[in-house]
Amino acid sequence: MRLLSILDRSHTIAKPGFSRWMVPPAALCIHLCIGQAYAFSVFNLPMTKLIGITKSAPDDWKLTDLGWIFSIAIFFLGASAAGLGRWVEEGGPRRAMFAAALCFSGGFLISAVGVSIHQLWLIYLGYGVLGGTGLGLGYISPVSTLIKWFPDRPGMATGMAIMGFGGGAMIASPLSVWLMSVFSTPTHVGVAETFVVLGLVYAFFMLVGATIVRVPAPGWKPAGYVPLAEPKKLVTTRDVYVYQALKTPQFWMIWIVLCMNVTAGIGVLGQASAMSQEMFPGRVTAAAAGGFVGLLSLFNMAGRFFWASTSDHIGRKNTYFVFFALGFVLYALVPYFGSAGNLTLFVLCFGIILSMYGGGFATVPAYLKDMFGTRYVGAIHGLLLTAWSVAGVLGPVLVNYIRQYQIDSGVPKAQAYNVTMYVMAGLLVVGFIANFLIKAVDDRHHMELETVDDLVGVA
Amino acid sequence: MSFDNDGGSATTPLELALAWGFVGIPLLWGVYGTLVNAMKLFQ
Repeated sequence: MRLLSILDRSHTIAKPGFSRWMVPPAALCIHLCIGQAYAFSVFNLPMTKLIGITKSAPDDWKLTDLGWIFSIAIFFLGASAAGLGRWVEEGGPRRAMFAAALCFSGGFLISAVGVSIHQLWLIYLGYGVLGGTGLGLGYISPVSTLIKWFPDRPGMATGMAIMGFGGGAMIASPLSVWLMSVFSTPTHVGVAETFVVLGLVYAFFMLVGATIVRVPAPGWKPAGYVPLAEPKKLVTTRDVYVYQALKTPQFWMIWIVLCMNVTAGIGVLGQASAMSQEMFPGRVTAAAAGGFVGLLSLFNMAGRFFWASTSDHIGRKNTYFVFFALGFVLYALVPYFGSAGNLTLFVLCFGIILSMYGGGFATVPAYLKDMFGTRYVGAIHGLLLTAWSVAGVLGPVLVNYIRQYQIDSGVPKAQAYNVTMYVMAGLLVVGFIANFLIKAVDDRHHMELETVDDLVGVA
Repeated sequence: MSFDNDGGSATTPLELALAWGFVGIPLLWGVYGTLVNAMKLFQ
């Protein structure tokens, strides 16, 4: 047990001379790994042929059954981020990163056993429950640490980490395909071995991150950093306790802001391939549509860094105003560019929209820090991620059902997405209003200094 | 840089380069592959 004490917060306090620029790579070690979740679909088709090898046999798993793996993982991401946020905050980033590494890589190893003995419930349990818990722990683990190291640029710091989550799939997808090709034989698909290798590689990467990470010493400030003598109206210098934040209207307004921004983006992201082919029939092939999806992923990733960094200069509230106002205009323009056959402007519109989708994820930790202080920002961020879970269901359902309703009503496929775009623009108006209503947190919600010491037990 | 907080020293430029290279190289590889794939849209 004494060995495990190296995971404690007290053992991660940085000594003088430690560079804060070591912390973003530590966070990226975690986020680049857990970002693999977005690439899990590359295993779906191979896992429908584990018995039949070249084509699905009657006893092979169905795609509909396999789709639950990702859904369970995302559910447990939200549940663990919301439920374990306080444990993460109070135990420090190293303990959380270590636990995330064990859960995420352990999920792969259990899933490998599930594939080997062809037991789907083991994959639900492994990647879904255990891996999903690792996703949630990993996602929130570096957030408050980065904000404390970069009080002068909190948006940029968390943007860098959350950019890694967007970039993780870009590494995992080709890596997984390559590994399966290495391990496959005429009588074997190679998924189980790929899971084992990925589990070990991710464990190594994430443990390196846990090793590097440090928290700043109490009272530490970056050289030359002078906090504003008179803080900005929407930036607090005090802290709100994690569960007290739930009692503030500000938390729920930011919840709506995130939910609307993500709903609009995630619905499009899931349907981007089909949408581009149906809106530009004959011009966008299946391969080109794959390129379109890849391009959107790049915008999504770059937007996380760009917009979160920008928010340090123009403020969080203004950044979300840009997302909602510009997003509204772009969604409204998409049907016009589609009917005009202007592929370049169509792609550019969606690129900017997806950059703001990523930017919404990356800017929100700094928004929470401005509203509720740094002490419990990671845990409050965990609770806020339930907005992601809701949006993950709402976005694709809206896009799919509205499209189907349009087609059933006799609307040509090329125009079947027009109403969807207007609905998405409407969601952004709701987000705009919620953002507009956000004011500074009332003083009665702030923690007293003694309360902070009692609850935290650390200096 | 030690694992614990005692006995460590100031971060060196080599440590910074290693840390950033450790995450930066895989990320750039992923971005490059995605970019090459994305170019199919305009071919």
